[in-house]
Amino acid sequence: MTELTALTIAELRDTLGRRQASAVEVAEAYVAAIEAANPSLNAYVAVTPDKALDMARASDARIAAGEARPLEGVPLGIKDLFATEGVHTQAASHILDGFKPGYESTVTANLWADGAVMLGKLNMDEFAMGSSNETSYYGPVVSPWRSEGSNAKIVPGGSSGGSASAVAAHLCAGATATDTGGSIRQPAAFTGTVGIKPTYGRCSRWGTVAFASSLDQAGPIARTVRDAAIMLKSMASVDPKDTTSADLPVPDYEQSIGETVKGLKIGIPREYRVEGMPEEIEKLWQQGIDWYRQAGAEIVDISLPHTKYALPAYYIVAPAEASSNLARYDGVRYGLRVECDDIIDMYEKTRAAGFGREVKRRILIGTYVLSAGYYDAYYVRAQKVRTLIKRDFELAFEAGVDAILTPATPSSAFGIGAMADADPVEMYLNDIFTVTVNMAGLPGLAVPAGLDSSGLPLGLQLIGRPFDEQTLFRVGQVIEDAAGSFAAPKWW
Amino acid sequence: MNAPVRTANPKNFISGATGDWEVVIGMEIHAQVASESKLFSGASTAFGGEPNDHVSMVDAAMPGMLPVINEECVRQAVRTGLGLNAEIHKRSVFARKNYFYPDLPQGYQISQYDQPIVGEGIVTVEVGPDNKGQFEEISIGVERLHLEQDAGKSLHDQHPTMSYVDLNRSGVALMEIVSKPDLRSSEEARAYLTKVRTILRYLGTSDADMDKGNLRADINVSVRRPGEPLGTRCEIKNVNSIRFAGQAIEYEARRQIAVLEDGGSISQETRLFDPSRGETRSMRSKEEAHDYRYFPDPDLLPLEFDDAYVEALKADLPELPDEKRQRFQSDFGLSAYDANVLVSDREIAHFFEALARGRDGKQAANWIINDLLGALNKAGKPIEASPVSAHQLGELLDLQKEGVISGKIAKDVFEIVFTEGGSPREIVETRGLKQVTDTGAIEKVVDEIIAANPDKVEQAKSKPTMIGWFVGQVMKASGGKAAPQAVNDLLKAKLGIE
Repeated sequence: MTELTALTIAELRDTLGRRQASAVEVAEAYVAAIEAANPSLNAYVAVTPDKALDMARASDARIAAGEARPLEGVPLGIKDLFATEGVHTQAASHILDGFKPGYESTVTANLWADGAVMLGKLNMDEFAMGSSNETSYYGPVVSPWRSEGSNAKIVPGGSSGGSASAVAAHLCAGATATDTGGSIRQPAAFTGTVGIKPTYGRCSRWGTVAFASSLDQAGPIARTVRDAAIMLKSMASVDPKDTTSADLPVPDYEQSIGETVKGLKIGIPREYRVEGMPEEIEKLWQQGIDWYRQAGAEIVDISLPHTKYALPAYYIVAPAEASSNLARYDGVRYGLRVECDDIIDMYEKTRAAGFGREVKRRILIGTYVLSAGYYDAYYVRAQKVRTLIKRDFELAFEAGVDAILTPATPSSAFGIGAMADADPVEMYLNDIFTVTVNMAGLPGLAVPAGLDSSGLPLGLQLIGRPFDEQTLFRVGQVIEDAAGSFAAPKWW
Repeated sequence: MNAPVRTANPKNFISGATGDWEVVIGMEIHAQVASESKLFSGASTAFGGEPNDHVSMVDAAMPGMLPVINEECVRQAVRTGLGLNAEIHKRSVFARKNYFYPDLPQGYQISQYDQPIVGEGIVTVEVGPDNKGQFEEISIGVERLHLEQDAGKSLHDQHPTMSYVDLNRSGVALMEIVSKPDLRSSEEARAYLTKVRTILRYLGTSDADMDKGNLRADINVSVRRPGEPLGTRCEIKNVNSIRFAGQAIEYEARRQIAVLEDGGSISQETRLFDPSRGETRSMRSKEEAHDYRYFPDPDLLPLEFDDAYVEALKADLPELPDEKRQRFQSDFGLSAYDANVLVSDREIAHFFEALARGRDGKQAANWIINDLLGALNKAGKPIEASPVSAHQLGELLDLQKEGVISGKIAKDVFEIVFTEGGSPREIVETRGLKQVTDTGAIEKVVDEIIAANPDKVEQAKSKPTMIGWFVGQVMKASGGKAAPQAVNDLLKAKLGIE
């Protein structure tokens, strides 16, 4: 029998169901794998082995009683952004030192209700702000991938770098993640994993530490398209505690996998052919187009003319919301407090010590763009751009396009520290293909499609109609079938 | 829906050393919405309790918490808007007002900024009465009404070096009712505040209890020469009584006039009224004012409802003071003064209606205004706690009408019922207070008085009004029980007065 940690969620479901292994054995295997790997990869900021074993035991009892639920006994890693009752929940920030909530996020509660087992909390960029997982208070996450012939450490992408690295290194069967501008899809693409940012409103945001409320959306990172579909089915729900969550039934996403894509229209947006895009990315994209043509889909050229404004508009809207969302971390009620003689001093010293550089940068940008005299020039205009971007997509879908195919990232993963001296905007450019999707509130799926010349994974992105994740899974499976799966050679 | 523009009325002018000044006042009234739970959380709004008893995770701004609008508060805001004759906005937007304060856990207050739930309206205010008992009716424009969260409370007296925070009020729903700068005197301002409070209480959308801080006002005051453009205003924050509102405006207007007459200029600032010294003092200047960085709250969808929703609430509104006053005047023949007094409080109006049903309205109004309210006022009791019910007072009025007791005895019985309780009819019966209508018995007393006072009888012949003295003597001798009409008739006949 193969190693238990090598099984996908779908395989694990069968293995556990047939009683070929117990949930406890699976949980133990993962705990052992984490213990061995985490010193090298730093994917977990907190491991909960006792909780994992307790939950696994309960799963075994359920399985024995013939009452297995959809994710019974499946061990998951949880991004540190999700509130988990009584467990480390700090958004990988110093300012939330010691914070253990007395409540459980809706997304994780949904997963536990479906039988999943918690392994621990995953590292991430501080408050989900970053594209390399280097802004974490707990230090950078290391990707299990390395360039051929090199021992240099590579970033897993961000902000869900811990989720991507843990999934790629088989330190969990699947992971929760969140995506505000690309934080699921970019790390998935960097690590050869599958990640989906569902439609805004598909998963409840309740109990998830907020970065930019109008853009934040939870989703899974998994090893296969099918696994991502299985996880999303459990994560998604309407939630009376989040009025922006969608009151729509959650389909059985897995069922759409394997359906033919014959006759579907795949849109290729010309504006995504950006200047200076590496030839390898161009080639990969063309490869994707060819796979769809071979599968019987119709390829249509489309135009999304406002794409070029998406990134600048995103870097107004997201920091604006963040500057307000992060105001609650003031040292008064929980987390870090730097004791001082007066309240203003306490605020200033606490926030100075508690937030890292990137978080501070975005709070400053956000505060600036919302200030009197600048609000109309920045925030209001950015919202108008957002409306135009949304309209671009609507027109494409109205014209009959079923899904849009783009590269997921403009490059493969880079080395840890490689961007340390770069202009922050260069780091922001990582999100160039993904932010439009958040601005429009659409679902986006990143699927591994190949390796670059140095052997690092590259991904393609599929963008779908609002609440049409089914089509994305169906279309995404085509790439997975054609490209195969990619596993990092184990070195840790 | 604009109120007519106010024209300068010399009656309201304040005379300074260099001539007349006109004061211009606008008011922002903050009224706590009557609701079981807070604006965006399920925590209780109950007054009192131990600090931090009524705090949910949302109120404490724990990470990942989200606001969910309380529909009852929306309903109450729309009903209030209708009561203020205002335009209801079927789509409104919640915005964040960002600032740091320990009793503001989120670091922002959820409020409404450029798209409030209620727009322009009009409040009719009766100012007065003047020394002739007349009321002046003025129309005051309402700019808007919006919903917002209250903040918590910082407690600075609990620890030698630390401040404590009580979040019980954090997130409680407030309605901010913003007037146009249409008020022209402290008297008008007091009358407006009183009228809005009355409307809120009629609607039941706020208990408007100023002692509990459930109704407070920020008052904008400026002065100008009559006919000139508006002067620079100062805002007096958090005034929590109607009396203080009047005092604060008087002080502030005179302060500004003194500054201007001294050749100075008014700087726009926020001031606080100190009731113990009767003066306002500067809190912060415009330069120190916060930049609140308002923006639409991305956690909340725009608030939307349809015409049917508004119509249903409209159909369900209770009769409001203005309508009631008109009805009292036309149905019961009351004077404007009496009607105004009776409708000023919904409970008094209810009492009146219960009493006046099937009786003489004018008499009922007199009894309430002159006797009941006076006695309640002396006892420090509100009408809800009146020891005399409308039923009891009605019985008393009936006894008087039936001629069982005289007006004077009625007042005595009222006193007894007020202090001891009981049925007026039984009291009259058991204490022998029935009016004596037996002419024989009265005649006997009349004869005795006439016989004992021949000098007065003589005087009465040349001065018929002397009959009053005889009536008094007879009533005294009969213990007030003799029927006044019978006494009068007998005396006239016997004294030969016509």
